Amino acid sequence: MSIEFDRKIHKTLEDANLQLAVYTATARLKDGRTEVVSPAELPDYQELRTQAHDLKKHVMENLDSYLEEFERNVEAHGGHVVYAKDATEVADFVVGLAKERGAHLIVKGKSMTSEELDLNERLEHEGLEAVETDLGEFIVQLAHERPYHIVGPSLHKTRYDVADLFTKYLGIEREEVPEKQTAIARGVLRKKFLAADMGISGANMLVADSGAVVLVENEGNIRLTTSAPKVHIAVAGIEKLIPRAQDLAVFLKLLARSSTGQRLSVYTSILSGPRRPGEIDGPEEFYVVLLDNGRTRLLADRAKRQSLYCLRCGACLNACPVYRKIGGHSFPWVYSGPIGAILTPQFLGLGHEPALPFASSLCGACKEVCPVKIEIPELLLSLRGEVRKAEARDRKNLLERLSFRLFAWIMTHPRLYEMAGRVAAATAPSDNGAWISKVPALMNFGPLRTWLSQRDLPPAPRKSFRELWRLR
Amino acid sequence: MVDQLMPQVGIAMADVLERLGYRVDFPEEQTCCGQPAFNSGYRAEARTVARHFIDTFEQSEAVVVPSGSCASMVVHHYAELFQKEPATLSRAESLAKRVWEFSEFLTRVAGVEDVGARFEDVVTYHDGCHSLREMGIREGPRRLLARVRGLDLREMQPAEECCGFGGTFSVKFAELSGAMARTRIEAILRTGARTVVSADPSCLMQIQGVLSRAGAPVRTLHLAEVLASR
Repeated sequence: MSIEFDRKIHKTLEDANLQLAVYTATARLKDGRTEVVSPAELPDYQELRTQAHDLKKHVMENLDSYLEEFERNVEAHGGHVVYAKDATEVADFVVGLAKERGAHLIVKGKSMTSEELDLNERLEHEGLEAVETDLGEFIVQLAHERPYHIVGPSLHKTRYDVADLFTKYLGIEREEVPEKQTAIARGVLRKKFLAADMGISGANMLVADSGAVVLVENEGNIRLTTSAPKVHIAVAGIEKLIPRAQDLAVFLKLLARSSTGQRLSVYTSILSGPRRPGEIDGPEEFYVVLLDNGRTRLLADRAKRQSLYCLRCGACLNACPVYRKIGGHSFPWVYSGPIGAILTPQFLGLGHEPALPFASSLCGACKEVCPVKIEIPELLLSLRGEVRKAEARDRKNLLERLSFRLFAWIMTHPRLYEMAGRVAAATAPSDNGAWISKVPALMNFGPLRTWLSQRDLPPAPRKSFRELWRLR
Repeated sequence: MVDQLMPQVGIAMADVLERLGYRVDFPEEQTCCGQPAFNSGYRAEARTVARHFIDTFEQSEAVVVPSGSCASMVVHHYAELFQKEPATLSRAESLAKRVWEFSEFLTRVAGVEDVGARFEDVVTYHDGCHSLREMGIREGPRRLLARVRGLDLREMQPAEECCGFGGTFSVKFAELSGAMARTRIEAILRTGARTVVSADPSCLMQIQGVLSRAGAPVRTLHLAEVLASR
């Protein structure tokens, strides 16, 4: 484990306020989801999950033709499709267009894809101003932080934290009432919307048969981002495609329920092209940037391809007992929680944080709530296997490798196993059957020491089961 | 784990099964299912141990396991382990059909809910995650406990949450694992139960370890121990 990963976990676990904030917020989302996917509320929930899974699988297997179909239909509506290999190509396109149009101020709708690309930093580097307009994103942008959670970027911030930030960066009097804080942010952002030259959004879905970008949100800021400025650019991963408009019936039923426990989000925008003659609003120019950034490499891996089915609903984070303890910022990349644990090694390489796939008790709560049935625990296990293969190749972690060899050898030799058990029982400290909290210094190392750092150890019984069984 | 650390659980399970009229055999060649190696990413080592498991139990009519997690390893993960070994794969698949987690064997094979047990205590039941989510066992153990005379069963809120054990996770991410367990025991203590029951020895070891460290007056017992009491 990298020292940084270890340190961040430790720091989060030590922070009682943060623990409470994250636990409470995820509990609310988790319970909300449970209620609206219950059999009484949504009897065909399991069938919907299967349909969503099958649709995503179908899209991944036919992505080439759906991309072309989508492109044709976007162009037919007067929009443009741009293919981008990576973050640099996205930034180059946006900057180039901004220069051509003389644009300076860009408003943004919440987008994990944009976070994945560090787009704001890249745009700011080129002298453009990019303003996040989702309240949570606005807060983390002020704090110069990454989103803490896929759906709730500032889920870790209390209203007092927000009051601190607003006072410091907006130069206003301290305000601790959430409703009033929201009104302050709205006031700031409304001016930005009206002055903005461009709007950049992500996309929740791209509909191939209609060339439409679908966006769901609760605040209305995405509507403004995509319609107030003269230019709208949607930046989306190629995996966001769905075949037909009618498939929205499946995905929209699952998405808001899984992410925020709503039946439907407050706003659902289906955008297909720029403003047409006679329309009173909408942008003059409409671009969809289709992003690869490693996605085609994942697509080539049959077994792990399902990682691309993810809708970014965040349900796995709320269900995950690990995420709820270590929070979003302990994770090494923008995608946190169970989905982050499988995406990060696949996008950035196993070496980015080799311990990440191991940071799970494999409880399976993530898989249970995933609306597209991604087998996250199985993928973690598979990634663990890959980490070990890489270690064997690089001659790393030799001691552990050796101990598992020894384990396999003992476990396939029952006589030896029994003898090893007797030796362990004879040398184990015993306190008349009480649980053990301390061992002699000589034994206090390795796994025994780490076990005892948190909890007591069971005493060794006088006789093993097989010995008792022989006496029966 | 039962053999080396909780022999009384094995004895209790055999008692319950014999009372129901089953003949219990303990093949002495048995050791481990290989899950520790599999979950740690050491697939070759896991395969070696899994082959030994198959050799040992291939002749058994039914294999009853006092751990949902071990049972699930055989039932759900051997197939992946032997993907490229068709001969072993078909042996593994045929064995998997005869492997049962203890409560599952009682409710689905033996078809009993009342095993004639008496246990006067306030009890809460902890689901092992692999029992619950991989084996789909939820109601069975609760129904078995509900029929025990004198037993007052109370659900935890939240009911289904991991205790944080997770095999080598418990020592590799010890502080995190401990924090998860402490959250779990808060839920246990809120029920007012004096005994926590589970069908997974590793959860019991983790939970008892943290309860004991906290000095909490709550004990842990395996489901078999409760069902064997009279």
